[in-house]
Amino acid sequence: MRRLILRKKNQIALISGILILIAFISKLVFKNEEIFNLALIIASILGISPIAIQGYQALRVKVVSIDILVTIAVVGAFIIKNYEESAIVTFLFLFGSYLEQRTLNKTRSAIKELTKMAPESALKQMENGEFEEVEVDEVDVGDILLVKTGAKVPVDGTVLTGEGHINEASITGESVPVSKKQDSLVYAGTILENGTIQIVANRVGEDTTFGKIIELVEEAQDSKSEVERFIDRFSKYYTPVVLVFAIIVWLISRDIELAITILVLGCPGALVIGVPVSNVAGIGNGARKGVLLKGSEVIHAFSKVDTIVFDKTGTLTIGNPKVADKKYYGNDIDKVLAYLASVEKESDHPLAKAIVEYIGDTKYYTVEETNVVKGGGIIAYVQGHRIVVGNVELMHQENVHLDENAIKDITQFEENGNSLVLTAVDGELKVLMGIRDKIRLGVKENLQKLKALGVKNLLVLSGDNQAIVDLVARELGLTKAYGHMLPEDKQAHIKDLQAKGQIVAFVGDGVNDSPSLALADIGIAMGTGTDVAIETSDIVLMNSDFSRLPYALGLTKATARNMLQNIIIAVGVVFVLLFSLFFSDWMNMSIGMLVHEGSILAVILNGMRLLRYRLK
Amino acid sequence: MKKATIQLETLVCPSCSQKINNGVKALDGIDKESVNVSFNTSKVKLNFDEEKLSIKEIEYAITRLGYEVIKSQVK
Repeated sequence: MRRLILRKKNQIALISGILILIAFISKLVFKNEEIFNLALIIASILGISPIAIQGYQALRVKVVSIDILVTIAVVGAFIIKNYEESAIVTFLFLFGSYLEQRTLNKTRSAIKELTKMAPESALKQMENGEFEEVEVDEVDVGDILLVKTGAKVPVDGTVLTGEGHINEASITGESVPVSKKQDSLVYAGTILENGTIQIVANRVGEDTTFGKIIELVEEAQDSKSEVERFIDRFSKYYTPVVLVFAIIVWLISRDIELAITILVLGCPGALVIGVPVSNVAGIGNGARKGVLLKGSEVIHAFSKVDTIVFDKTGTLTIGNPKVADKKYYGNDIDKVLAYLASVEKESDHPLAKAIVEYIGDTKYYTVEETNVVKGGGIIAYVQGHRIVVGNVELMHQENVHLDENAIKDITQFEENGNSLVLTAVDGELKVLMGIRDKIRLGVKENLQKLKALGVKNLLVLSGDNQAIVDLVARELGLTKAYGHMLPEDKQAHIKDLQAKGQIVAFVGDGVNDSPSLALADIGIAMGTGTDVAIETSDIVLMNSDFSRLPYALGLTKATARNMLQNIIIAVGVVFVLLFSLFFSDWMNMSIGMLVHEGSILAVILNGMRLLRYRLK
Repeated sequence: MKKATIQLETLVCPSCSQKINNGVKALDGIDKESVNVSFNTSKVKLNFDEEKLSIKEIEYAITRLGYEVIKSQVK
């Protein structure tokens, strides 16, 4: 019976609404007081039953909930035979919670969409070798699974056989399908667009990258800031205090009407619901755009950021250096390039890789007596020739003569922002190459947007030489640039900034800068869905698209503002209500309930605006 | 100790979480520290001693408070 009443709450609200309507028609049109009263009495009793049951259930676990306040108030109204108020108050309360449920579901919808992308079933190879469909929970590490065209990859795994293209948008935000063949890694939640593959499960369920992303977002929306924890503690005592206050007022004034009105006015609705609603809507909006925010603490911190520190390679630049300028001196260049490629092929230095890639198809010779000069380059013998490959300092050390032309070229190349690699054969300069890393698309405009959003300093810290870093900084309009930085120098620099009282965000690719990510007030990992990045950073930008960064900043600012607005609405309404109760005569229980429910809807609707947030 | 994640019908009032929190903690065999009722996800996470009570009993306690249990997972 109890459960039935609770489940039919919405229908009860509808019936009591109709009864109230009948009551007023009979009174105003037919001047019939008896039907008026009867209809209202039935509406009150119907309406109060689910509220009273909820209140009783709460009381049993020692919680004085808002339902109890409303129940007592309605019983009080009954005692003084004010059926009009008792009926209207219960109706408004039930109708209000119906609207709350509808609108709250809307604010949570963005995150629900994300969790719906989680795989549910898998085709698992059974002992007899056949594949059978099972729930994804039943897949263990080491199981062999079949993934067909159009299906979701159920777990993180490695391809055993087959080929296909996979859309990895759910992990990387990148919707261009990626080709997969034997030994390729595949991720849960991604979709096989064509082909058929068999995979072996490496990680299942919550341990998969997608599982971690979902867990992060789910935990984020319920994570509480200091303010919220305070409001929670406060509301725990607030309701009982209102109850006691109403009893005292009644004892002193003997005015039941006044006492029960206080009970209704004292309901804390909007205050408790306002902040979580903004939080869930803001985080939901981000999740849909590939911006993962780890909770309201992070939202507050990032909305107040003063300084954003960038890693250069892989963050501001693509992280894939290429030969941009070249100069050849003397004859036999083809042979020299073949020697150069042969020497560089043995190195895994990024510059060496760029050179090998640039030279392309060539004959490779045997390299002998390779000697790596730290911070300089390589010296080696090929076909009896002494090959020196490296920077200008190494050339000086090796007594390679640089004539006027060469020096002019070197200066020019450096001004263009190149890292230089010189090649000398038997002490004679043959090749000068300038290698550059391309700046990511749209970085400059987006940095401007960050400034427009109120970020005071934009810094770059890089391991590259100062000239290159300076050039990048000038080109992008950064505030300051620091080169020659080892990882520990970066950390020290961030600490310095924090000591000066600045709120510092660090943006990196999450590959080798996790200490800086963890140290900064807000660590932002960009362009990767790697586990380390997800765990150590506070904000994850799932796609390397730089525009997500100003979007994230704008969104956190809007969310923080929205929370503040909701707190102001909630507190303001309580003050206005109490003030009107004592200093005006238009306040009664029904109006109080109307305003109370109205303020709850106002904060939910205000929170919902965040779902539609866009960066202007 | 087993770890349970219980998915409830959509929670609408924050005082609901408080009710469920107190209600579940009152059961014998629940690790009180571990109880976490999330308002927005409408989930209850907790650790419990399966020798003292079963997941069914926990579900029943929540249902008796007036909230429907949609799905629960025990690990």
